[in-house]
Amino acid sequence: MSPRPADVEVGAELPEQTSRVTRADLVRYAGASGDFNVIHWNERVAREVGLPGVIAHGMLTAGLAVRAVTAWAGDPAAVVDYQVRFSRPVVVPDDELGAELTVRGRVAALLEGGRVRIDLTVTSGGEKVLSLARAVVALG
Amino acid sequence: MTLDAGLVGRSYPPSAVYEVGREKIAEFATALADPDPVYRDPAAARAAGHPDVIAPPTFAIVLSLGAADVVVEDPEVGLDYSRVVHGEQRFTHHRPIRAGDRLVATATIDAVKTVAGNDMLTTRVDLATEDGEPVCTTRSMLVARGTA
Repeated sequence: MSPRPADVEVGAELPEQTSRVTRADLVRYAGASGDFNVIHWNERVAREVGLPGVIAHGMLTAGLAVRAVTAWAGDPAAVVDYQVRFSRPVVVPDDELGAELTVRGRVAALLEGGRVRIDLTVTSGGEKVLSLARAVVALG
Repeated sequence: MTLDAGLVGRSYPPSAVYEVGREKIAEFATALADPDPVYRDPAAARAAGHPDVIAPPTFAIVLSLGAADVVVEDPEVGLDYSRVVHGEQRFTHHRPIRAGDRLVATATIDAVKTVAGNDMLTTRVDLATEDGEPVCTTRSMLVARGTA
């Protein structure tokens, strides 16, 4: 069920979401998205271009993060606008655990027409990986 | 090198039609470990008021990645792809993308700037049905890191 606009207050927090991203998840996302950039699956090439190792697709991070919003809204179609700015790569180690992503969200503004703006804070290993992650949700 | 400000507004021919399939949507949702039935089960999608399964909010990247290639590969843009990273991404949904949609993507250069030796190129991709109904507008900002 979607929250009713009248019940939503600025500052309200969304349930925190944690995800794990392993190398297998990167391969799966590459196939699903069509983004086969080598830095998302080849350690040697990733290091050659100056990265600490294989990194997650930015859009995988963004796609996982917005789940916190769709789950809260109760309807993915309610997300009418979503924007992210990538600030730090998510390095995915070659082990069973992979990288952890933590997503926190809060209601940042009430907009016209029953729309609300949700600002997300997305971290991995305690560091922010998106310097901006913002969704506009049409409620009701 | 510095991107030419005269490139802003340059538009490219529309893509071939991309037909959105239920299986592709389900595959994308699985890659995001998202169990929501509106991505997989037509009955659940209909119960939520949609004519067929809908796509997750970031699904449009599947189409916009390919559509933006025409900009990156434009010799007059001259972007050095080996130094490119994804800086920003935005999706503005006019309605959800859903299975059965036959979509055409049109790329336009929205903005260019150079900051501290880094070239920044923003490409807008307008996704519409082949009948012209607007579905989603994506904006991707790519950064070509300067060599200096």
